[in-house]
Amino acid sequence: MSETPKDLRYTKTHEWVKTMPDGSVTVGITDHAQQLLGDLVFIELPKVGAEYVAGKECAVVESVKAASDIYAPVSGKIVEVNTRLGDAPETVNKGAYGDGWLFRMQPGNPEELKSLLDDTAYAALVEAEGH
Amino acid sequence: MGHRTSLYDTHVRMGAKIVDFGGWDMPLHYGSQVEEHHKVRQDAGMFDVSHMNVVDLKGANVRPFLSLLMANNVDKLKTPGKAMYTCMLNAKGGVIDDLIVYYMNEQWFRLVMNAGTRTKDLAWLDVTAHEMGGVNVLARPDLGIIAVQGPNAREKVYQALGEALRPATEKLKPFFATNVGELFIATTGYTGEDGFELILPGKAAPYSWQGLAEAGVAPIGLGARDTLRLEAGMNLYGHDMDETTTPLESGLAWTVGWDPASRNFVGRDALERQRAQGVPRKLVGLALEDKGVLRDHQKVVCGAAGEGEITSGSYSPTLGRSIALARVPAAVSGGSGCEVEVRGRRLAARVVKFPFVRNGKSCLD
Repeated sequence: MSETPKDLRYTKTHEWVKTMPDGSVTVGITDHAQQLLGDLVFIELPKVGAEYVAGKECAVVESVKAASDIYAPVSGKIVEVNTRLGDAPETVNKGAYGDGWLFRMQPGNPEELKSLLDDTAYAALVEAEGH
Repeated sequence: MGHRTSLYDTHVRMGAKIVDFGGWDMPLHYGSQVEEHHKVRQDAGMFDVSHMNVVDLKGANVRPFLSLLMANNVDKLKTPGKAMYTCMLNAKGGVIDDLIVYYMNEQWFRLVMNAGTRTKDLAWLDVTAHEMGGVNVLARPDLGIIAVQGPNAREKVYQALGEALRPATEKLKPFFATNVGELFIATTGYTGEDGFELILPGKAAPYSWQGLAEAGVAPIGLGARDTLRLEAGMNLYGHDMDETTTPLESGLAWTVGWDPASRNFVGRDALERQRAQGVPRKLVGLALEDKGVLRDHQKVVCGAAGEGEITSGSYSPTLGRSIALARVPAAVSGGSGCEVEVRGRRLAARVVKFPFVRNGKSCLD
């Protein structure tokens, strides 16, 4: 079974979002997503300073089998990326909610965060996709 | 629900992620595809390939039948038990399927063909058998296949299935097969490692699989099977060749039995014509020099020589980088640089010889 921490918010496209004390958000892929993808071997991260609107593809994670797009969960600017993933993409498989975070964004409109899924809604989505 | 092999329940119990593989519910992996890959290169792993199509050909005319239908020359098979890799071609020289022919005796040859081409393969064999006579085409869905591969595969097979197998199989060279009771044991495989392919009654497969697991043979999904065969530089039907490509354009010229010139196999005229006119394209290996992963159908830009396309691309767990097979213009030379289009960008790659990996070791310079 995959983990779904209570203190995070989620997208329908399997990203997780954590609001930081400074108002920025850290983004990664869910434990469920990393399980589905399998061993990750390459991650293409966005550039710091790049701006995206919510729902726009901004990164790519590649497993042995396939490449998958990662979508910006909210609109905003990229303020930091997890450069450690360049040499160690498997970090995401080992800890999707910890060291395997992908990037940090400064949201342009914090109201957008309210439309994200909570842990219960995301767990229900995963459950529904499994049938 | 797709077709299921006799090992389906065993796979589920062992934690396999099951996916659709050309109409078959097959294990993709049992946890980590990369770990499974390394297990085969370093120790021993087993694959359920019971979805493949085992066909027994019996009768007095089997040898002339295969001489007509197969691009490789079945007359190379003189010693009972000897196996041969070959393509079966259509009249245009396109590949209907690639397969292994095992010569057991003059009355019995066994074919192991792809699962996805099963219907058309059997139709093709049946039509010719009917015309020629003296050949019985007998599909064997009652049989299962367990491929045990890796440097420790043979020893673990003896440990699991009994020392009684050792005398008949210990000295078996690559590309041979022998029967021990109900067990058909072949030194063929699709990984570039030593090992056995065991063909056995489907009903008996779960028991043998369990014994092999207890002897420390790891279950391996079809995901790792693909990266293992790609590293070994082995073609995959439907990706690296199909009915629109000839063996000469698919890195398989070595499998065409040109001699004797009098052997008029199906597709020969087309191949002779192509050879005389010059084969326009060829299959090469690519090693990615930038970071990223090469994938099927990506465009390959080879400077003045023109453009080609990746036919099998993936990440190589043994080499820690991405590799591919690609069909490119014949003028492209080995060792030259090229670029591959990945998501609108061009990544640097090099044309290299394949196999990329042999018996666990890198073949790249």
